[in-house]
Amino acid sequence: MTAVTNGVNVQALLDAREVLKGAPEAAQFVWRASSRWQNGVHSTTTVKEFFGLGQEQSHKREAVFDADHPEVFAAEDNGITPIEYLLVGLASCLTAGVASVAQNRGIQLRSVEATLEGKHDIRGILGVDGDVRNGFNDIKVTFNIDADASKQDIEALVAQSQKRSAVFDALTNPTNVTVEVA
Amino acid sequence: MANSWRRERWDSFRLLTPNWQSRLPGHRYEGPDPDGYMTMGEVTEFIERFATLSRAPVRTGTNVTSVRRTDDGYQVTTSRGEIRCRTIVIASGACNLPALPEFADAVPDSVEQLTPFDYRGPGQLPDGGVLVVGASATGVQLAAELRRSGRPVILSVGEHVRMPRTYRGRDVLWWMDASGVWDERFDEIDDLSRARRLPSPQLVGTPERTTLDLNTLASMGVEMVGRWAAVRDGRALFSGGLRNVFSLADLKMERLLDTFDEWAKTHGRDAEVEPPERFAPTRVPEAARLQLDLRSGEVIAIIWATGFRPDYGWLDVPVIDAKGRLRHEGGVVDSPGLYALGLPVLRRRRSSFIHGVEADAREVVEHLARQLAVRR
Ligand SMILES: Cc1cc2nc3c(=O)[nH]c(=O)nc-3n(C[C@H](O)[C@H](O)[C@H](O)COP(=O)(O)OP(=O)(O)OC[C@H]3O[C@@H](n4cnc5c(N)ncnc54)[C@H](O)[C@@H]3O)c2cc1C
Repeated sequence: MTAVTNGVNVQALLDAREVLKGAPEAAQFVWRASSRWQNGVHSTTTVKEFFGLGQEQSHKREAVFDADHPEVFAAEDNGITPIEYLLVGLASCLTAGVASVAQNRGIQLRSVEATLEGKHDIRGILGVDGDVRNGFNDIKVTFNIDADASKQDIEALVAQSQKRSAVFDALTNPTNVTVEVA
Repeated sequence: MANSWRRERWDSFRLLTPNWQSRLPGHRYEGPDPDGYMTMGEVTEFIERFATLSRAPVRTGTNVTSVRRTDDGYQVTTSRGEIRCRTIVIASGACNLPALPEFADAVPDSVEQLTPFDYRGPGQLPDGGVLVVGASATGVQLAAELRRSGRPVILSVGEHVRMPRTYRGRDVLWWMDASGVWDERFDEIDDLSRARRLPSPQLVGTPERTTLDLNTLASMGVEMVGRWAAVRDGRALFSGGLRNVFSLADLKMERLLDTFDEWAKTHGRDAEVEPPERFAPTRVPEAARLQLDLRSGEVIAIIWATGFRPDYGWLDVPVIDAKGRLRHEGGVVDSPGLYALGLPVLRRRRSSFIHGVEADAREVVEHLARQLAVRR
């Protein structure tokens, strides 16, 4: 088990789990993002500060994300479309989960690749057909994993990573969203 | 006597454990059908017979309304008077109340809501569709029964434990017993709190010994939806993660069957059972619905098969955790002289079942007797 090096500090995670069992307040995190309209459908969103473990926290660097629409939507394509960010979130969350679970189960990974496809009927957002929803109809994630493990163990890794994934949960279950004007 | 079996089960109820597994200290099934499954009436008789044989001084019809610590033991208040004692074994069961999600309150009044404690049989419901919530033993059994009555049935499926009724020609619970899976002790289990929360297996006891997994239900025409997550504007919203709860259950079943095969091989038991078999993965519906309008009349009733919880409202000793469960180490409660029996995975995996109490009781009572001896 010690020989496995996926680069995930599982011990720290397991320790945190123990500590937070007795301190649910410390487990309350708030993730934040702020955006600014640029022009057209182009906006820039920055992420730096968050709250957790009872105090304000900060990423090492501020991250900046441009979102726009592609030229087929008659836009300038200064960045990916907002809904594509959901795929980015899902892919990275599931991949992180695979690495963590593998580390915890003593499975050495050599490569983990995922391709994602989100099926989207844009008649919803365009208001062409009121019966078509705005969001994805279906998301498909295909993992390609090279590891020291049987196919069954790899499938179990991927299943467990979904079970513990924040973004998988956020996409598959409803979330209350409040949008206000300040 | 046998109150929970008499009052808290539906009419068609049968045990999911085979008759030969119905064992209590000094009392076992001795009828003609060891591989069959007891009906509710038979379980009740079985327990009454045990009471007669053991001559335990049972005070029936006596509710314990409060238990308080005193200097040298406990003060017990009952509906028929006070009892003082030095030690207590709490055997009040793990399933005193149905456990419902909070959003049950948000279900429109036009839909009737039943728990397994209220449900007796399909005849009790008006005609129309039924939404069964939860796909463990109770949920799959009630979904099948309601579907057979001709009703449209939707089953909301969260995490579950899939098992075939028989494996390699033997009851799957024979394998659990013989291979030692059920003997795994509480202090050897990796994630004990998870093991204690594990839902009941998708099993039903029928004379035909049929498997009742989600594929069986799908073939009967039961519609599967994901875990029920919320009610919004009179609509039930279901999780889109159905595929993964299927995968998790399929993978866990495979691992369990691997354990059985491995055990049979290393213990030279392969000749007495049939060859290994594997089962088709759970079929994923073409498109599972993500919402259901509860006001549309499509379902006229909801059956909450979402599990049960204990009720310790009468226990005035601070030994209950934030989730309402009793804090104990293998049945030894953190208050001198207080013990527990009959809880899930109390001392071993077997503890969750009727026949688990025998070894548990012996060990817990040993501790209790030592405690009495020391404190004299
Ligand atoms: C739906 C269902 C199906 C099951 N199927 C099986 C099966 O097929 N095979 C199997 O082996 N096990 C099965 N079990 C598990 C089985 O019920 C338990 O293992 C067994 O009942 C435990 O027995 P017990 O006497 O400890 O608890 P219980 O049977 O729950 O009995 C507890 C008793 O304590 C009484 N009580 C509670 N509080 C008080 C109080 N304050 N004062 C006085 N009395 C009180 C209750 O009224 C009840 O009579 C099933 C459980 C359920 C809920």
